[in-house]
Amino acid sequence: MIKRVDERELKRQSRRQLLKLAPVAVLGVFAFPKMSDRLVTEGVRFSDWASGGLFRREHLAPTFSNSAVVPVEKFPYNGYDVLDPEVDLEKWTLTVEGDVQHPGEYKLSQIQALPKINQNTRHICVEGWDVIGSFGGARISDFLTLVGASKSARFLEVECADDYYESLDMATVLHPQSLLCYEMYGQPLDRKHGAPLRLQMPTKLGYKQAKYLDRFRVTNVLKPGKTGYWEDQGYSWFGGL
Amino acid sequence: MANGEEKKIQPVPDEPKPVNPAADSAMRPLPSEAETAPHATLDSEPAEPTLAQSPKPMQPAQSKPAPAARPEPIRQPMPAEIVVPEKKSDLVRAAYEYPLAIRITHWVNAVSLFVLVASGLRIFRAFPSFGPKIPQQDLIDIPKALTLGGWLGGALQWHFTFMWIFAASGVLYLTYQLLSGHYRTVLFTPKEIPGVWPMVRHYFLFGPKPPATGQYNPLQKLAYTSTVGFGILSLLTGIVLYKPVQFSWLAFLFGGFHLMRVWHFAAMCGFLAFIPGHLIMVALHGWSNFFSMLSGWKREPEYQE
Repeated sequence: MIKRVDERELKRQSRRQLLKLAPVAVLGVFAFPKMSDRLVTEGVRFSDWASGGLFRREHLAPTFSNSAVVPVEKFPYNGYDVLDPEVDLEKWTLTVEGDVQHPGEYKLSQIQALPKINQNTRHICVEGWDVIGSFGGARISDFLTLVGASKSARFLEVECADDYYESLDMATVLHPQSLLCYEMYGQPLDRKHGAPLRLQMPTKLGYKQAKYLDRFRVTNVLKPGKTGYWEDQGYSWFGGL
Repeated sequence: MANGEEKKIQPVPDEPKPVNPAADSAMRPLPSEAETAPHATLDSEPAEPTLAQSPKPMQPAQSKPAPAARPEPIRQPMPAEIVVPEKKSDLVRAAYEYPLAIRITHWVNAVSLFVLVASGLRIFRAFPSFGPKIPQQDLIDIPKALTLGGWLGGALQWHFTFMWIFAASGVLYLTYQLLSGHYRTVLFTPKEIPGVWPMVRHYFLFGPKPPATGQYNPLQKLAYTSTVGFGILSLLTGIVLYKPVQFSWLAFLFGGFHLMRVWHFAAMCGFLAFIPGHLIMVALHGWSNFFSMLSGWKREPEYQE
């Protein structure tokens, strides 16, 4: 509402009210790259923390009918370096170490002996595109039971034949749709899609779905600065959907 | 808190009533002449130097209130001879239009939107399409200079940081508006619809200027209310884009996952349609108007009450 106010008083009040905005102006320090780097790093960390809290172990990602699946030739090959690191499929084993009762080398046949899950789920890339694919494999949780992984362990570290590496929160690893995927579209995984074994978790972004799996490490402590190839460059570590 | 602050500097009650001299505190609000000077009701007296408090519609704008702005009743109808009393300085019409909560959220939003749009364009640049990955058909090549973050990962860091700031600011804004009742000054309601076209005609087609009836004209209310809508739309679609599995039901409500990016982009386009017009109007209305979003006080508002 309009008042008639003394000119000097209006100026005084205006100044007072302006000063109350000073705390907002202080935030201007974040215009400096050094400060803003820290701000956005903390912002992503906070987002990851909130994402972990939002994640529901039993909540399933949408699954789709076979007619909704994109043709296999329209499922993109994505890799950070070479698409075919020339894994020797005959001699391949998955090395398991860390907080497990039965560390050692595991053959693909041992993984294929676990209950097989087929699911049509959406694979979402951080870039913004997505494809609905058809995946077959064993639950990671079943495999971790097989190797006797600690029930209280917090993380799974993954290394790949192409030197890609990843780490995952155990809640996602144990999710019922998180697969050790050895089949796509009913065929053995093709080399460029990560033969012989890759991760496929419909609750994670594509860059978490490591291919050409080589080594698993169950752990409670992540190595700082070595939590994932893209994460170490700034991507969200949780990368959850 | 902001509410309390506001109270402190609004010593004049809404209803006109005799002013208690003891209440002459922070703002020292001076009563309109109509309240204190009985003779001032003689509007018909042509030379009477009344302020625009009277509802006479043709009152000239109060650009030079100095000669008339005199608190004491003066009987002789000779305004040219009026001397400003020594203690009291000039009186100006002013309104405390923007409470602290509104000013804070306005500026936090301004910065957040800049960051979110610029980093969002960088994110979109990674896959500038709403279609399939294979074959990819790019819609637009966004110049790097318009973007923030340097690369997709950097842009995502900015986006994932300022989405919280933008959301918090939006929640604070809406909560304040609803609890304080201040929303009535800005909310676009159906009864504003007839007033929109005359304003558009005035701004864009050099039509006559419709009389100001309140703090905001109908077109402003439409614009500001729309931006709240864009904000809500961008947050809801952003939540689904960020957590499409956890919020799969929300994706369903918006017509499926693929439409999420389209809606999110559309909300940004809404902001991009609003912001230039907003900035142009601010520039045209000058420093005092701009400064009011910093100080809260609008000097010489165009409207009467």
